[in-house]
Amino acid sequence: MIRSEILKEIAPILRDQLVVCNIGIPSQELHAIDDQPTNFYMLGTMGLASSIGLGLALAQPKPVIVIDGDGSILTNLGTLPTIANNVADNYILLIIDNGSYGSTGDQPTYAGRKTSLAKMAQAAGCDRVIECAAADTGRVLQEALDAKQMTIIVSKCKSGNAKMPVITMDPVVIRDRFMKAVSA
Amino acid sequence: MNIDKKIADDLVANDVSFVTTVPCKQLAGVIAEIDQRDDIFHIPANKEDEGMGLCAGAWMGGKRPAIIMQNTAIGVTVNTLATLIQYYRMPLPMLISYRGELREPVACQVEMAVHTKAILAQMNIPTYHFHKRADVEEFDNILKYTFMCNKPVAILTDANFWGGYGDQ
Ligand SMILES: Cc1ncc(C[n+]2csc(CCOP(=O)(O)OP(=O)(O)O)c2C)c(N)n1
Ligand SMILES: [Mg+2]
Repeated sequence: MIRSEILKEIAPILRDQLVVCNIGIPSQELHAIDDQPTNFYMLGTMGLASSIGLGLALAQPKPVIVIDGDGSILTNLGTLPTIANNVADNYILLIIDNGSYGSTGDQPTYAGRKTSLAKMAQAAGCDRVIECAAADTGRVLQEALDAKQMTIIVSKCKSGNAKMPVITMDPVVIRDRFMKAVSA
Repeated sequence: MNIDKKIADDLVANDVSFVTTVPCKQLAGVIAEIDQRDDIFHIPANKEDEGMGLCAGAWMGGKRPAIIMQNTAIGVTVNTLATLIQYYRMPLPMLISYRGELREPVACQVEMAVHTKAILAQMNIPTYHFHKRADVEEFDNILKYTFMCNKPVAILTDANFWGGYGDQ
């Protein structure tokens, strides 16, 4: 399975939740599959999806699902200790680990070689870390929502991107409708 | 007047309740003050751009954020300021220790000091420079201004403002 197939499968779970989505093709795919005002699309700032989501989860009570990538976690590794030490039980970090920088042409990341992001999250102090096969992502995500416990999911999948249009929505519109959905 | 207390009081009075920090020796007092306030959630960050991400999320979640950091980090935050805070139009007060200015004992700090205002100016970030203790009186108005215009706003605070540095 590739990322877009995972996103299609979990779209019904994501629909009613606050979602912060990683820069580039992940956001383009989610936007094309099921655009919702509850989706915050990152248009730039590689690496900060997990941090934005954590700030959001700590500031209000609704569940927050972050859809991140292995390359983005690697570029902001300091996020893992911050997450581990500031427990928000409404926070789920779903790392779609395709072992590559998908958006820029599938160049391999170290997560696709010797480095285990699940083990790094555990070593950082995250209490509930689950690595799963791509096909199990929906079940593991639903279980994490039901558990109401901060969870880091590392979903191992194949490299590859669906052809989707660029997001042309204005960033202030994305942010404004998202904030209205947060406070609704 | 205790400026650490005054800064924390102004943050609370302006409903700023989510503060991220990366330490600087000059900021030790204000960070300690913020850490013990019940009405401020203090979340230390490992890097300043990470801290700005936390602030962006907290703001969208309904909390007013602020970041406390050293000016040497201004370069690593340029992309985050441009593509997150400014692009999505978010307010962010940045209380920045201005190392490498008058009364600085560490020569290397001057190397980023000479770029600090130029980078902030290049990014059209409103910038205030606290040099004398009394300058802290403006802090309350700067916070109001920041949340009025939804922009990142920098407050540079040099060694003279903090009353010297270390043993000097
Ligand atoms: C600071 C910065 N460096 C590089 C890029 C280019 N870039 C955009 S997305 C991306 C890949 C992100 O990889 P990952 O997080 O694994 O997501 P994937 O696309 O694989 O799902 C890169 C390198 C960027 N936008 N910003
Ligand atoms: Mg990837």
